[in-house]
Formats: sequence, C-alpha cells, structure tokens
Amino acid sequence: MADPAHIRNFAIIAHIDHGKSTLADRLIEHCGGLEKREMTEQVLDSMELERERGITIKAQTVRLDYRAADGQDYVLNLIDTPGHVDFAYEVNRSLAACEGALLVVDASQGVEAQTLANVYQAIDNDLEIVPVLNKIDLASAEPDRVIAQIEDVIGIDAQDALPISAKTGMGIDGVLEALVQRLPAPQGAADAPLKALLVDSWYDPYLGVVVLVRVVEGRVAKGMRIKLMAADTTHLVDEVGIFRPKHTKVAALGPGEIGYLTASIKDVGETQVGDTVTEEKRPTAAALEGFKPSVSVVFCGIFPIDAADFDDLRNSLAKLRLNDASFQFEMESSAALGFGFRCGFLGLLHMEIVQQRLEREFGLELITTAPSVIYRMHMTDGEMMEIHNPADMPDPVKIADIEEPWIRATILVPDEYLGQVLKLCEERRGVQINLTYVGNRAMVDYSLPLNEVVFDFYDRLKSVSRGYASFDYHLDDYRKDDLVKMSILVNGEEVDALSTIVHRSRAEKRGRAMCEQLKDLVPRQLFAIAIQAALGGRVIARETVRALRKDVLAKCYGGDASRKRKLLEKQKAGKKRMRTYGKVEIPQEAFIAALRTGD
Amino acid sequence: MPASADRPGAPLAIYVHWPFCRVKCPYCDFNSHVRDGVDQADWRAAYRAEIAWWAERVGNRPAASIFFGGGTPSLMDEATVAAVLAAIETHFGVTEDVEITLEANPTSVEAARFAGYRAAGVNRVSIGVQALEDDALAALGREHSAAEARAAVELAGRIFPRHSLDLIYARPGQSVAAWRAELDQALALAGEHLSLYQLTIEAGTAFHTAHRLGRLHLPEEDVQEALLETTWQVTAEAGLPAYEISNHARPGAESRHNLAYWRGGDYVGIGPGAHGRLTFDGRRHATVAHRLPERWRQAVLDAGHGRESEDALAPHIAAEEALMMGLRLVEGVARARFDGTAVARLEEMVNSDALDRLVEGGFVDVTADRLRATPQGRRVLNAVLAELIA
Ligand SMILES: Nc1nc2c(ncn2[C@@H]2O[C@H](COP(=O)(O)OP(=O)(O)O)[C@@H](O)[C@H]2O)c(=O)[nH]1
Ligand code: SF4
Ligand SMILES: [Mg+2]
Repeated sequence: MADPAHIRNFAIIAHIDHGKSTLADRLIEHCGGLEKREMTEQVLDSMELERERGITIKAQTVRLDYRAADGQDYVLNLIDTPGHVDFAYEVNRSLAACEGALLVVDASQGVEAQTLANVYQAIDNDLEIVPVLNKIDLASAEPDRVIAQIEDVIGIDAQDALPISAKTGMGIDGVLEALVQRLPAPQGAADAPLKALLVDSWYDPYLGVVVLVRVVEGRVAKGMRIKLMAADTTHLVDEVGIFRPKHTKVAALGPGEIGYLTASIKDVGETQVGDTVTEEKRPTAAALEGFKPSVSVVFCGIFPIDAADFDDLRNSLAKLRLNDASFQFEMESSAALGFGFRCGFLGLLHMEIVQQRLEREFGLELITTAPSVIYRMHMTDGEMMEIHNPADMPDPVKIADIEEPWIRATILVPDEYLGQVLKLCEERRGVQINLTYVGNRAMVDYSLPLNEVVFDFYDRLKSVSRGYASFDYHLDDYRKDDLVKMSILVNGEEVDALSTIVHRSRAEKRGRAMCEQLKDLVPRQLFAIAIQAALGGRVIARETVRALRKDVLAKCYGGDASRKRKLLEKQKAGKKRMRTYGKVEIPQEAFIAALRTGD
Repeated sequence: MPASADRPGAPLAIYVHWPFCRVKCPYCDFNSHVRDGVDQADWRAAYRAEIAWWAERVGNRPAASIFFGGGTPSLMDEATVAAVLAAIETHFGVTEDVEITLEANPTSVEAARFAGYRAAGVNRVSIGVQALEDDALAALGREHSAAEARAAVELAGRIFPRHSLDLIYARPGQSVAAWRAELDQALALAGEHLSLYQLTIEAGTAFHTAHRLGRLHLPEEDVQEALLETTWQVTAEAGLPAYEISNHARPGAESRHNLAYWRGGDYVGIGPGAHGRLTFDGRRHATVAHRLPERWRQAVLDAGHGRESEDALAPHIAAEEALMMGLRLVEGVARARFDGTAVARLEEMVNSDALDRLVEGGFVDVTADRLRATPQGRRVLNAVLAELIA
C-alpha cells in the first residue's frame, strides 16, 4: 500500500492523433514499467483494432514508479482514455478516478474539437489540468500560437504548458516532475470503511471478470467480502493487484490507489461501472455519486450473410459483450435478410468497431442495416413509444407526433473550407448556434438532428474539408419534427431491411437515390420489376428493372451439356438465398449490396 | 470387355473431334490447338484404335450420323477421314442413310480437299464462313476472304449433296440493316441449312481480354434482341426457319446429328476432349475424353481409349439435361422423353409455380405431349431454364 501523499492519479486527454498513446509509451519506458524488448508501440492499446486505428476503446491503466527530483519515490497511476466522442462516457469514468490530467495538444495542429470535449469533462470533474504541447520536434510546431489558443478557447492558464516531443522523448522528465508538483495527492483515510469506485470491468480468459477500482477510502485485500452497493451483491475477493502494465499481485490497495480485484464474478453484466465497492461487514456510510449508465444512441440490424452462421453470430456477440457492456443486442428477424440481431451502440465509431471485431476476431461475414436513432412516438392515445427499428413503427394514423434526438456539435475547420462545412450542416437540417475564430480556424457550433449525422456525415465532413475539420458532439435534446417512415417496395412488397425513418423534406431525394441504386443491383429477369420508395401509401420515387430482352446461349451442342448444367447447378445454389417479391425472386445479395453502398 | 448397352441395334451418333487449327481465332474457346507437323499417320492410328474400343464398349449399334468437328477437320488428310470412316463402318456399322458431316474452313487450300472428302464418304459440309465482309473477317481473325468463302461454298454445292454455312453476327458495331443485307447474301449462297451464331465473349479468348479492357464492345442487348428477331424473321421468310436457337433449315434438311444432341439421343465422342452420352444399364452416362491432344493420344496408346471419365447421371440430372437441350428446339421436348425415367412426369421435375408463371407470361407452351419454349421464351432461354429447374 502506497502512502497517499506519494500517489498521483492522472489521465491523458487529447484529440485523436495528438500523441496520447505515444506519450504514455514514453512515460512507461522512462519509469521502467516494461523492459525495452517488451515495449511495442502504444503498449496500452492492446486490441489489434485499437492499434490499427490508433484509438483506445477500453480504459487502460498502468502504475509507474518514479523517483522525483526531490529524491522521493512516487506512484503515478496513468489511466489512458479513449479520445473519440463515442466513448465520452468512458472518458468521464476514467477522469472520475483521477485528480489531474495531462492535456496533450499537437503544437502544429492546435486545439481540435475533441480537445475541447475532453477538457470540458476534465473541468467538470474538478481535475487539475497540465497543458502539454506535443510534437515540438516538428518544424511546423507553433507553441506560442497554441498556448494562446488554449487560453482563448478553453480559458485555462497555459503559460506553464510543457513543450515536449513524445516521439523523441524530449521534455518527458519535465512532464513527470509536473505531475508530482502540480497535481494534488489523493485524500482519504486508510482506516475508514472501504469506499472504492468501480471504474471498469472486463473479461480475462485466465482471471475471469477483472474489476478496475479506484480506492477512495479504506483498503481492500484478498479474502475480504466486498459488496457492490448498487448491484447489491457480495463477493469474496480472490486477488488484488496493480498494472505495471502487466497484472501484478499486491497484498492490498489503499486510499488513492488504482488497481484490480477478482472475486469469482461470472459475468461482467454483474458489475456496473460507477458502482461503489465497499466491505460487506463494515460498509461505508454513503455511496459515491456514480454515473449515468451509458446509453445506446445508434442502432442497426446485424445479420449473417450465410444463415448457417446465425449461432456463431449469437455466440460471438455474447463473447464481445463480455468485454464491452456498452453495446446491447437482441434477436430480430427480417423477411429480406433472415435471422439476425438488433444492436445498440454508443455511436457510429463504436458500431463500426463492433462490426469489425465480429468479422475479424470471429471470422463472420455480416451485413448491417442502415443505422437508426431512437425516435419518440407520441401516440394519439397519450402513450409514448421509443422506436429504433423502422419495422416497429406503429400505424401513422395512431401517431400524434414524433420526436427525434438532436445533438450539439462543435466543428473546427480552416477558414477556406468553412463554406462547404456550413452547407453540409444546412443540408442536414442543422441550426447554427455560434461561429467564432480560433486563430485562422473557424469554430462553429451547430444543433443537428442525430439521424442526419448517422448517415455518412463524418465521411462527408472529411471530404468537404479535405480531412481538416474536426468534429465532436454530445446529445442535446429531443425535438418534434415531420418524420416519416420511408419504405422500399419491390413489386409492391416492402423490403423490411431497407425501410428508414427520415425527415419528410429529405425523403424524396433519399428515396430516389435508393431506387436508382437498387435498379442497378437487382439482376434483370423474365419479368419487369418495379422498385418504389413510398411514404405510407404514397409512392415518391419509382424505377423499373426492365425485363430481360435476350439471354440465351448461342451454341449448345453435345460437348456443352455438362457445362450448361453446371451453370444451372450454381443458379440452384443461389436460389436458396432468394426471396420472392410478387412474381420474381430477388437475390439477397442485391439487398446486401444496397446496404453496403449506403445512401 | 463385354458390351452392356441397353439399346442393341439402336442407331447412335458419333462425334469425331480433330483438335488442330492453323491459327487460334480470337473469339474461340473450343478445344483447338495450333501444332506444327501433325503426323497424320500417327493420329489416324489413334482414332482407329479408339473407335474400335468404343464400339466394343457400346455394343452392336450402327451410326446414323457422323460429325467431324474441331478444331479444323478440313486440315485432315483425305486419307485420315477415309480411315476414320472405314473404322466406324467396320466396328460400328452405319445406317443406310447415314449423315456424314465435316466442318470446313473456306480457304482455297482446304476447298481443294473437298473432292477427296466426298470420295471418302462425307455427304455434308458445314462451312465456317463466319462473315461475308472482308473487314469483318479480318476483325474475327479469319484467314480467308469473302470471295474465297463464296468460292468454297459454291464448290461445296457442286461436290456435296448437302452443305451448311456458319455465320457469326451481332459483331461489334453491326447494325440491324447491315446484318440484314449480309443475311440476304448468306441465304442466296446457302443451300438448305444455316447456323447463325451471335458473337459471345468467352473466357480465355483474345476477345475476352479486349472486352475487359474496353477495346471491344458487343452491341447493346436491345440491338442483340433486334438482330435475333430479324434473323428469325428473315430466315423464315426465305423458307429456312429456325428449328433451334441458332440453326435454320429447309424443313427436312435439319442436321440430324445435332438433332440427336437436342433430342437426347445417344452419342459417342471420339478424339481429344470429345463428350459422349450413352445409355448403359438403364442409366444415361456422360463421358469425357482428355482434352490435350497429346495426352489423349498417349492414353489411347496405353489403354486403347482416351476416356478421362465416365459417370452415370442421376435420373433427375438426366431429365434436366433433356429439358435444357430440348427447349432449344422449336419443336420443344416430348413428354415421352421423361417416360420410364425416375421422373415419371414432366410436372414433377419442374417448379410448377414457375411453370404456371411462364405459361401465363407467354414464355412456354404446354400441350398433351410436349413442352415448348415460345419464340419469346427462346430469346431468354437461360432465364426460363433457371426458373424451371434451378
Ligand atoms: N513528430 C512527432 N510525431 C509524434 C509525436 N508524438 C506522436 N507522434 C505521432 O503522431 C501519431 C499519433 O500518435 P498517437 O500517440 O497514436 O496519438 P493518439 O491518437 O493521441 O493516441 C503517431 O504517428 C505518432 O508517431 C511527436 O512528438 N512528434
Ligand atoms: S478455326 Fe474454328 S476451332 Fe479453330 S480456332 Fe478458329 S474458330 Fe476455333
Ligand atoms: Mg492512441
């Protein structure tokens, strides 16, 4: 157990790519947490996907031993936080376990949207913020301009900002010293009843469920019977330890310490992030404040391309959930796509990551339906229903009105691309709230309907700004609007997987695009095929897949019979994945392709 | 080996494949090979040996038709053709009115052999004219001119009792009007039979590469359809209506050999890559020979035959084949073809919902004794078949 006066708990917050993971590597290296040969780049980003995409999904933590300039030994606990907006919730809970934060800003790029979002959270959590100007080795670094920006935009004192290069290691000593000198030590009495914050939990194949805790008061040790206060369950502690960053057993964790415990917990579902851990026989008087549970804001259907993979998909989702309690799934069936799951995510990136992990780690071929948000349907009888699957939309005559979620978005963009960005936001029904300048970059605040953002907004933003815009958002409120369900009909029959809920003003354009696209994807057949987009009974766009005019082998003699028959065998196999609409059978592949290309 | 054929005495068709060509045509995916110095005596011996072997395997069944295909059979020495025919006569026997067709390319060199082929017993030639315009012939990589082709056809008309022309249409850039004019010339030149094929792009050909690179464009589907309609109409008016998708004849002058394929008759395949369909023990069997000429010949030297495989077809597969081939014919497929097979009735093997839709849509006709594709159905036969049996 370390002396709280010699403990510093801190997080690193940064816009993506500003060097958070690299700095963490340098700090670990400097404090000898890993042998040189064990150092891989970005050691904390352990999942393959995280490494590849350079983002951190789960909160990771590491304990560093540092002998400071004053000759004393300190324990520095670093919690690495995800930078992306989808994981704002995870950022928040990591910050709640700390007393301070290193605010890393790329000295050549300056403040970006996620810098702001993260720093506001740190301020909300009363953290001491130490600004760090990274990438000072770059010729394009402009530390003075960035210091001014931090002061202007964020409103914190940045005169003591530390110029460093996480890449070359320059200035790392200064960072460590600043942590010791500028961050407050944790408070809390060792002899008080145990009070610890449940920061995170995950499933480890060797240890079972591992719980990351920050002890606030008291101590926790092996053999103690603990109680999870909100969950109201008790468990016998099997092991406590710290991360260096490898699991390392310790006798006990005391006030201010961050570490893990295992307690024969079967399922991460039993552990609730933000819960208070206490001792069963000597509980703390008041639980910690905790957090609002993370909520899914984006939903989509996930279907196996091969129906035979359904069970595999179910098992894989269950396994994934062991480590990511923030996504949810339930079975759903679609006439067009067969059996699959309706899944809820924290945001688009989260959705993408889960899909990729399913495909990559579990080797599944999947198709996902268009993402949807949660709509509130106020019924004429006064009831309120929350709908995130267009297939569940009630009869429109019974709906009094529909509300949709709006977000507050902050976009930073170089002046020359501002016009394009504003145009994009306007197209997406955005309402401008504020427009200011940060140096030569514009900072715009927009109110936007989330359902306009889940459709390729990031991609469009990237392309109109040539990658120079940065974006962050938080959920704001629900607003009533003229929302309708748009169905896609093939020969008059609805293709459930292609239905969407859209704003009336956007329906026609989207409907037309969908019909045009399907027209090219649905193979021509003996009979003409009508493809329509409709709002209720009203058709708003229509395309026809013309009937085949000519499709016959020119030659078929004695030697060709076998070849032609093999062709038919193939078609036969393909028919198993067809679905009949009116007189014609449409291969599932056509819908899959339509969903793949998006709108 | 004891013969075990089920149809003793029933005539069959014999296909003889000569795999060599002088050059490879850019559209061609046949089993054809360019070789220097083919020693005809060696090959002759191999054909003779394989004919003897198959006659033994098939039992006592005479040939009602013999067809020399290729490759370019008109590169065979007259003596080679004579030797093959003599071997068939000896080992199988032939019917009195046996039809003996040889495919010929209309170069002057090859036309010079026509008389010798006739003397060997060939009584029908199928001439690969392909086009009657020099530019088009050059584009198709053919070695003859239009004038040479005309001369060869006229010569064939004098030498052989029956002859047929092959033409390739729906060529890049070809308009309906241009084809119509060419077709009129072909009809004037033709005797009693025309095979008119729309150009298709086959994998592994020079055209395939050019097509993928965007250097070669086939006419749009609508144009292809119009070309097909025109072809059917013009030939019918000229008294040589289509009797199969691409084959046109004065009634009674159809290729009997090819009819055997479409009507589901038995046929023996001789030579490299040749396929056969033979009924043994009540089951239809599919046979295939080694494709590579040298491998085939070595196999014949070693084992007396070049057969690579012989498989009994499951009854439903045989029935599907019957439908697939039979619907190419204007006459359609006789219900009787399915009698006595495991498929007792036509309606049992096809998707009956699909059949109803196809009848309703005017793609097929069902009568008490036959199933036929209508002209509209024949145009899109691939899709019709897929509906019925896929
Ligand atoms: N030139 C330079 N590049 C750096 C420095 N720190 C990080 N980088 C690079 O910036 C990119 C993003 O760094 P990373 O640590 O993954 O950023 P994160 O997204 O904030 O975790 C990587 O390519 C790093 O190599 C630095 O001090 N100087
Ligand atoms: S001559 Fe006939 S078989 Fe030979 S390459 Fe040309 S098209 Fe093919
Ligand atoms: Mg990172």
